[in-house]
Amino acid sequence: MSSVKVKKKKGLLKKQLEAVVGAENVDDSASGRLVYSYDATPNYQAMPDFVVSPANAEEVAAVLKLCNETGTPVYSRGSGTNLCADTCPVNGGIVLLSKRMDQIIELDKENLTITVQPGVITKKISETVENEGLFYPPDPSSMKISTIGGNLSENSGGLRGLKYGVTRDYVMALQIALPNGELIRTGGKLTKDVAGYDLTRLFVGSEGTLGVITEATLKLIPKPESQKTILALYQDIEAAGRSVSAIIAHKMIPVTLEFLDQDTIRAVEDFAHIGLPTDVKAILLIVQDGPKEIVDRDIHQIAEICRSENAVDVQLAASEEEAEKLATARRSALSALARLKPTTILEDATVPRSEIATMVRAISEIAEKYDVRISTFGHAGDGNLHPTCLTDARDEDEMQRVEKAFAEIFEKAIELGGTLTGEHGVGMTKAPYLEWKLGAAGIEVMRGIKQAIDPNGIMNQGKVFAEETRERVAEAK
Amino acid sequence: MMTTSDKKKIQQDFKEKMDYDELLNCMRCGFCLPSCPTYIETGHQEKYSPRGRIALMKGITDGVIEPDDDIAHSLDLCLGCRACEPVCPSGVQYGHLLEDARSILQKHKKESVPVKILRKGIFTELFPHQNRLETATSLLGFYQRSGLPKVARKIGFMNLFPESMATMEKVLPEVPKRKEIRQRPRFFEHEGEKKATVALFAGCLMDTMFFSTNNATIRLLQKAGCDVVIPENQLCCGALHGHNGELEQAKEMARKNIEAFEASDADYIITNAGGCGAFLIEYDHILADEPEWAERAKLFVSKLKDISAILVAFDFQKTHHLKLPAQTVTYQDSCHLRNVMHTFREPRVLLQSIEGVKYEEMEGADTCCGSAGDYNIVQPKMAMQILDHKMGKVEKTQANTIVTANPGCLLEMKAGIERVGKTGQVRAVHIADLLLEALE
Repeated sequence: MSSVKVKKKKGLLKKQLEAVVGAENVDDSASGRLVYSYDATPNYQAMPDFVVSPANAEEVAAVLKLCNETGTPVYSRGSGTNLCADTCPVNGGIVLLSKRMDQIIELDKENLTITVQPGVITKKISETVENEGLFYPPDPSSMKISTIGGNLSENSGGLRGLKYGVTRDYVMALQIALPNGELIRTGGKLTKDVAGYDLTRLFVGSEGTLGVITEATLKLIPKPESQKTILALYQDIEAAGRSVSAIIAHKMIPVTLEFLDQDTIRAVEDFAHIGLPTDVKAILLIVQDGPKEIVDRDIHQIAEICRSENAVDVQLAASEEEAEKLATARRSALSALARLKPTTILEDATVPRSEIATMVRAISEIAEKYDVRISTFGHAGDGNLHPTCLTDARDEDEMQRVEKAFAEIFEKAIELGGTLTGEHGVGMTKAPYLEWKLGAAGIEVMRGIKQAIDPNGIMNQGKVFAEETRERVAEAK
Repeated sequence: MMTTSDKKKIQQDFKEKMDYDELLNCMRCGFCLPSCPTYIETGHQEKYSPRGRIALMKGITDGVIEPDDDIAHSLDLCLGCRACEPVCPSGVQYGHLLEDARSILQKHKKESVPVKILRKGIFTELFPHQNRLETATSLLGFYQRSGLPKVARKIGFMNLFPESMATMEKVLPEVPKRKEIRQRPRFFEHEGEKKATVALFAGCLMDTMFFSTNNATIRLLQKAGCDVVIPENQLCCGALHGHNGELEQAKEMARKNIEAFEASDADYIITNAGGCGAFLIEYDHILADEPEWAERAKLFVSKLKDISAILVAFDFQKTHHLKLPAQTVTYQDSCHLRNVMHTFREPRVLLQSIEGVKYEEMEGADTCCGSAGDYNIVQPKMAMQILDHKMGKVEKTQANTIVTANPGCLLEMKAGIERVGKTGQVRAVHIADLLLEALE
């Protein structure tokens, strides 16, 4: 198409978008577009043509219909905190913001549910329900600013995944805008519901490639009456890994069982100044909640297991305030590591928890092999590690080695019965590796679903489905 | 409007002068967003967030976008409160990036002749000269004592100014006579056991418009066991210049101040204005590239302390009985005292140790009140929006007394009280004044 024609087409699209959401909610200024050209994933940036902020589900549906008819790519975006480039508008088109849809619609204390619009900040949901003695457990590290719409689309995890599961486990019903402009509702305030395919689960974690979630009803549980936090300190990384497996093997399911290596401990302490021991090689941050007697008993037993696995010290958080500080500090780990080097590339390879020690060892061997600096932290209790490479995107040679190292980490995780990504999503960063996990036939099933719902392929182009699959480093056993 | 050649020059300057490592240090996690007042107030517009502003600066530097008036507006709308810095796990020095970017934009700004003259008048001819400032404020004093304010208000003269300035005029403190300022001694002896010799950074506005607060500060320091020196030849800290893109002038003032305080050979340098303190504490940063000054600046910075911090360090609240008539007190942080000087515990410790005071922590006390240096003058609309939300939070504490630790915040709180019609029922005071009141 000639540039005149493109310009004319864009001008028309702008008018049509403005007719749906109002002129003040369509931004095509250079600065307005630039600030939505990225998310929290390093090295991905592309300019959208328009940034559109609809006010309600009907407007979202109308915008999608318009985009479907004109073949315009759509990228839905909350606060842009995701870590797999899922909100990067890689082929131009429209960034669809949820910022005007930020209302809590209903807190239903009889059915123990909360119904929200997608732009509500996750932390606001937690605080709102906890004020009523209820609990919404999923707590991704970015919860202070992430939106629930983003959490749903990415199926976010968090620090409490071990005991309470992830976002998916708390979604009862959704309203979804489809590319054809239809609005559908899935599920309900129902514990039992087998009417038809489980579309709720299909859309949760679909990374904005199928439709846009415009409303969600979430399951709540009673707030645990007490909680305790301990820190176990190690001079041997693998001993920490073995402790994790031992705790689980002893039929203990703590809420949180987090692993931090020395690099991470030092970076976090440098930021948070809460007195973390920076002279140890690894720590486990362990939280248990529930009735007081049970918490006391569990924590005592977990501490014993850690000691028997050569923890050099086990410390109990003196107060709830101190425990909260520890959790907050842990949530800052990734960004705190960023202070050490210009570029931090983070992955979230996940293995069965019995394999944690093996995986931790493999990561350090791979880092050594490719001569790259990898710090590891993560949700060890659910096998979800975050090996983070500290590098400099300007150093091309090193970046190639980083890529090779990560390919080998993925390979190893899958070999151990694990997966490429535990909670961050496939997006663009892991798309070339997805077939390693699903196989060609698995990818074909996904393509079929995508084709049925989004035949023109407007939803989040360039994500999840790779043009080319990366060659495997070695054949998996 | 920026011309094409302006844009090219700005872009070139961004490439040459912006600290690229610092721009890269932002890993775009978004942890800063909830702390940013303009992001919140604009209904979550990334353009008005720290992450967005850094992306814009990097976008210009990388050549992804051209500088334009929109971007300049995004940077202008930043309060410079720096609440994004303590919450940034990567430790991005946002304030430095902002100052550098503003300095480049200011250099290439085509201003009308009157604005140029006004800027030159304020930044070059007025603030670097304490005696001229004294003259200017004494004119204000003359105006206040003349009975003219009543007349001016009556005939509606102040209505000709923006509402924010009209409100401000009503709440300005009564300025002392010039003679009074000139006759103050330069040395005050400690009382009780001697703890240290301190030099007071008197500040340009603090030592004219807020002269009595400086005197209260001196009294408190004496009572805490300090010999107090007020070095001659000290100037305005330069914050106003630094924040407005006049970095070279700010550096010159920094050098002169360092020289003035070196002569005093004090153990500590004390400020009672968070805004000044936060700029003084960055002298080592702004002079880092000047071999002759870098070390001297470091020594200067290492001695700097806010009045609250030194009082608590010397256990003032334990060794003195502080008492006031029964009242509810709340504290509004000075953003710069909190986010840059990292002093926020001490003022609360002091206030809570006063007998008769019921201390109520205000929700969002750590977020900007909208004063932000001269922000309330150059961005009155956003400043008033922020102030109105702040006054709602004040109301919830049911405080009779709002305490602050910076002249800008103090005036803003007074303006807020005026706006909600609570003059006479609620008061705003500087912490030094309140502590002295509690002592006497």
